[in-house]
Amino acid sequence: MHYHWNWRIYWQQSPDGSGTYLHTLFVGLGWTLALALLAWAIALLLGIVVGVIRTTPLRWLERIGNAYVELFRNIPLLVQMFLWYFVMPELVPTALGDWIKQMPPPWGAFVPAVLCLGTFTSARVAEQVRAGINSLSRGQGMAGTALGLTLPQTYRYVLLPMALRIIVPPLGSEFLNIIKNSAVALTINVVELTASARAMQEYSFQVFEAFTAATVIYLLVNLVVVLLMRLIERKIAVPGLIGPSGGPAPAGH
Amino acid sequence: MIEIKDISKWYGTFQVLTQCSTRVSKGEVVVVCGPSGSGKSTLIKCVNGLEPFQKGEIRVDGISVGDPKTNLPKLRARIGMVFQNFELFPHMTVSQNLTLAQVKVLGRSQEAALAKGMALLDRVGLKAQADKHPGNLSGGQQQRVAIARALCMDPIAMLFDEPTSALDPEMINEVLDVMVQLAQEGMTMMCVTHEMGFARRVAHRVIFMDHGSIVEDATKDDFFGKPRSERAQQFLSKILHH
Ligand SMILES: Nc1ncnc2c1ncn2[C@@H]1O[C@H](COP(=O)(O)OP(=O)(O)OP(=O)(O)O)[C@@H](O)[C@H]1O
Ligand SMILES: [Mg+2]
Repeated sequence: MHYHWNWRIYWQQSPDGSGTYLHTLFVGLGWTLALALLAWAIALLLGIVVGVIRTTPLRWLERIGNAYVELFRNIPLLVQMFLWYFVMPELVPTALGDWIKQMPPPWGAFVPAVLCLGTFTSARVAEQVRAGINSLSRGQGMAGTALGLTLPQTYRYVLLPMALRIIVPPLGSEFLNIIKNSAVALTINVVELTASARAMQEYSFQVFEAFTAATVIYLLVNLVVVLLMRLIERKIAVPGLIGPSGGPAPAGH
Repeated sequence: MIEIKDISKWYGTFQVLTQCSTRVSKGEVVVVCGPSGSGKSTLIKCVNGLEPFQKGEIRVDGISVGDPKTNLPKLRARIGMVFQNFELFPHMTVSQNLTLAQVKVLGRSQEAALAKGMALLDRVGLKAQADKHPGNLSGGQQQRVAIARALCMDPIAMLFDEPTSALDPEMINEVLDVMVQLAQEGMTMMCVTHEMGFARRVAHRVIFMDHGSIVEDATKDDFFGKPRSERAQQFLSKILHH
């Protein structure tokens, strides 16, 4: 193999005139993070709402929630990405569709990508939220209700604070997933980290350096997220409880 | 205060309650006992509408529990309930447990709620534990906090569902003492319990349930003196020998 290694490539100018290749990669990282964080906000919000309605005593609400989760969980992410990008603007009212199609780059691709990742992940978050709520004893909800709290108040003050604490670890992995899944957005021309690495490879022919950098950056981001999650877990631990949401056991009596 | 008229309830095709009728007058203490699965918890949960029922009528302070027009949260706020497994909210401190519903349901100010909570906590002998989380308290302490939490709402009646049966024996009395004191102060109480010592001390009436029916509904003296049904006699001899 006659591969010419060149680790200094990162500091060379990219022919697209935007700066060094390293700069290209960091801009890509910026888009990856923006995509992941915005989609995560949508995923958490929708996921909590859908997860909650799947546990309420109202059967028709539960069915809607179940259908939502099945829909977004069972269609491949790549297909969903294409649906949001190519099909969604055709399905909404014409005026809105035209407005979406005329959004200047990169927003025309970025917005559908955020919506796609957000809804896709919200189905998975909803599943966790439902499991978290169902893992609480039935008596917790009853105790809230018996005190005169309404159903929304019972969720808000009694059930969700505990359920969300319990599911912090799986939510952490979902956040890691959303970062990885954001690479799928390159198929609709969002120039996130993976797309930036590919651009670097195409301009410089340094395929190993380009994807080594991308790999290292993904790993570092993962590491930061994992450390942050640990911090959060420690912060929200409930004194006197053992298990995923509990802190260290009390010392003696 | 609590009137239960011909209540029947089904889980699917399984009938849990069969035409149960009884009443608890103001200031009266009624103990409900019976074998496991006889429907005691279900009956007591019907009283504040935690469980729906298909037939009959329950009135609390004249308000119909089963009427869809009734504002159930408002009615429930006036009925205290204590559960077998305490059901304190684990992520809140003791004082937060005591103030939550006072503030969110009754609309009291945080200060007023806290003052009320502290007074009741003192009454159950746990003032020093206000800033602890429930997980750091013993079972008996948790149950006393749960009673204080219910009392914070100034209830017109208290419902107890086996409040001592999840406790280690040495903690049962600290909870029963609080309940006895409450009974002696004239609180209207409906207690599912097998603590016959408690029943003898403070109950006015004892109800015996079996297979979803109220088999016996007698004054305390009648119940302990000469239970009429054979099932109640057998049940009594079993638990009194423990
Ligand atoms: N959600 C439910 N779905 C179906 N059956 C139920 C449900 N809850 C209770 N049951 C059944 O109803 C019957 C009465 O239950 P309940 O809890 O009222 O009994 P209990 O007298 O309180 O018993 P224990 O002394 O064990 O607490 C039992 O046979 C129980 O299996
Ligand atoms: Mg029971």
